[in-house]
Amino acid sequence: MKRALVTLVAAGLLLAGCSAAPATQPTPEPTAEDTLTGTVNVFAAASLTETFGAIADAFTKEHPDVNIAFNFGGSSALATQIVEGAPVDVFAAASGTTMKTVTDAALTDGEPTVFVTNTLEIAVPAGNPGGVSGLADFANPDLSIAICAVEVPCGAASKTVFDGAGIVAAPDTLEQDVKAVLTKVELGEVDAGLVYKTDVLAAGDKVEGIEFSEASTAVGKYPIVQLAASTNKNAAAAFVAYVLSPAGKKILDRAAFGTP
Amino acid sequence: MQRSARRKRQGFLSPALWVPAGLALALLGLPLVALVVRAPWSQLPELLAQPSVGSALALSLATGLMSTAISLVLGIPLALVLARSAQWAAVPRRLLRALVTVPLVLPPVVGGVALLLLLGRRGLLGQFLPFQLPFTTAAVVIAQVFVAMPFLVLAVEGALRASDRRFETAAATLGASRFTIFRRITLPLVFPGVAAGALLCFCRALGEFGATITFAGSFPGVTQTLPIATYLQLQTDPDAAIALSLVLMIISAAALVSLRDRWVPGVTA
Amino acid sequence: MSVAARLRLARGAFTLDLELVVTVGRTLALLGPNGAGKSTALGMLAGMIDLDSGSIVVGGRVLDDDSTHVETEHRRVGVMFQDYLLFPHLSVLENVAFGARSTGVPRAAARGAALEWLDRLGIADLASSRPPQLSGGQAQRVALGRALASDPKLLLLDEPLAALDVEIREEVRAELGRHIREWGGPTILVTHLFDDVVALADDVVVIERGRVTQRATVRELVQAPATSYVSRLVASWSDD
Repeated sequence: MKRALVTLVAAGLLLAGCSAAPATQPTPEPTAEDTLTGTVNVFAAASLTETFGAIADAFTKEHPDVNIAFNFGGSSALATQIVEGAPVDVFAAASGTTMKTVTDAALTDGEPTVFVTNTLEIAVPAGNPGGVSGLADFANPDLSIAICAVEVPCGAASKTVFDGAGIVAAPDTLEQDVKAVLTKVELGEVDAGLVYKTDVLAAGDKVEGIEFSEASTAVGKYPIVQLAASTNKNAAAAFVAYVLSPAGKKILDRAAFGTP
Repeated sequence: MQRSARRKRQGFLSPALWVPAGLALALLGLPLVALVVRAPWSQLPELLAQPSVGSALALSLATGLMSTAISLVLGIPLALVLARSAQWAAVPRRLLRALVTVPLVLPPVVGGVALLLLLGRRGLLGQFLPFQLPFTTAAVVIAQVFVAMPFLVLAVEGALRASDRRFETAAATLGASRFTIFRRITLPLVFPGVAAGALLCFCRALGEFGATITFAGSFPGVTQTLPIATYLQLQTDPDAAIALSLVLMIISAAALVSLRDRWVPGVTA
Repeated sequence: MSVAARLRLARGAFTLDLELVVTVGRTLALLGPNGAGKSTALGMLAGMIDLDSGSIVVGGRVLDDDSTHVETEHRRVGVMFQDYLLFPHLSVLENVAFGARSTGVPRAAARGAALEWLDRLGIADLASSRPPQLSGGQAQRVALGRALASDPKLLLLDEPLAALDVEIREEVRAELGRHIREWGGPTILVTHLFDDVVALADDVVVIERGRVTQRATVRELVQAPATSYVSRLVASWSDD
């Protein structure tokens, strides 16, 4: 929760156009040829909240006249908003299906690029009170289990994993997004939940991750694209390029995202 | 005579007020119109016939009624305390009012987290419970009561403040005990307020999403109420979600329109 | 001596010190201008306002003294309120039966007794009416019936005619006097109307600014008013 709050505050500062750089670390002088200015509106999957915040930090150090404004949320909700005409420059989704809603509506500027992958991991509360050791434990009705509802991307991925492993899961709750699963694990309400690797890392000490081999059957792909309706094309293109650059990749790697 | 005179007096409404009033109405009404217009009417029977819809609807109605009943039993006495707190010192009085009002301003998801922290497996109280509350239908009811009871409490409190307390004194001179006075005088006199509050409470409980999914989770037939089912449908099948929203809307509208008209004039006439 | 009270109270600048005695079968009028302390005295007798000191004894039973305070619902002091305060959600019959019902009398018996009272007051035909449908005079009779049906040991009448139109007061007042005499229990009438005193009371206590300024029978009061307030009342009354 605290982490989310910090991120929120940081995002708020960014939105307000303040420099989020600490005072002890002076902002580098902009290069003479840097002509990028204005605001870039980025709609991004909720699971990218921490990493995109950090990427925007690094990006605006190089381009201090650019302001990155984020809208983080469930990918499908964001896609709906874009199709309904939200003013967006860049869209980063957590699944190809949700991105397809936007490409089908012919709203993108070029083809989306998959920039990271994410794999599922078992999340258990610190100390693993339920003694969970692998995916098979999800079939144990005596354990309290949370997974994503099949309607949302993480739920679809979970279903693929269970189907592939031939396991009939016995969940107590089907959550509306991966962060909701994580919250229940963090609070110890469930013995195990199925979330993404990045989520386990982001949750810090409160959650332990357990890798499992079946995860490879449902690797989540994150596509990013610039939108045709963008009003700040140069800056938007620069931001997308930065996400795909080695500098961006380094930040994404740190958060446990995989390379496509 | 008197009634028509009163009606005439109420008829004085400055034309200048029609504009904001009309805008307000448009803001409240037009989104619903859009929902109705965009509804997939031809597929509606098929969409609503899905067993998952039936179970979500039944669960919503059952939990909504249950939480309204609990809110009545607990909320009316709280409304009395609140109404009588006028004589208290300022600090406890304001604290009490703030406590009652907080669930109205708190994002329901935060309310759900708060409930987990209290009644969850590792919660302040939950750790002493012999059973696990989250992910049960009882948890749905608790979340709904948390979010919806303030509506009832504030409606009843308003009615209590407006009611003439001297009727209670009159009843006391006739030998009625305090509980008899409450049951036979105080409560019937504020009945319109109680009815309106109960309806608001029921409708709010029916539409409850955030606190429920956070505290109770979402499992078909156990904790997946109609709003949660609607939200999940929205991810994959917006048409089905619109159909479900229509069901919610129709129930609430029917409850508000029919019951209010039946109850309120009977008492005020 | 059936009712004896010594009422003392201080509220800021206002002090009340009043001694009242009502003998069986007589009606005592508490007469005074607005703000004299009449309502306070009535509230004390009914148990709604605590005494600073003094005592209230009704029919040999101590309702208040230094160590006793009997709550309103246990005092058996009936009140007919100024605006009657009939319960608007109950029928006339249920209003009159309310006292008996509240003290555990079964529904049928309470209703039977209430109907007898309505009959005695000549309003049995109103039994199923609702209070908002009643005329002022009818409402007053229901209020009297409700107070008497609870079998009080002391009846308090709070400005009984103030809520009525002037034209009908005379008739209603005569009627009220008849019913009170028929009832025959000790009665205290609180009023600022001299007409009420003449028509309804036997004895008078005049209070002005919380103090008794005259204690007399009605006849004595008319013959020898002790204060200018009473003189004015008597003068304007004999002018009519």
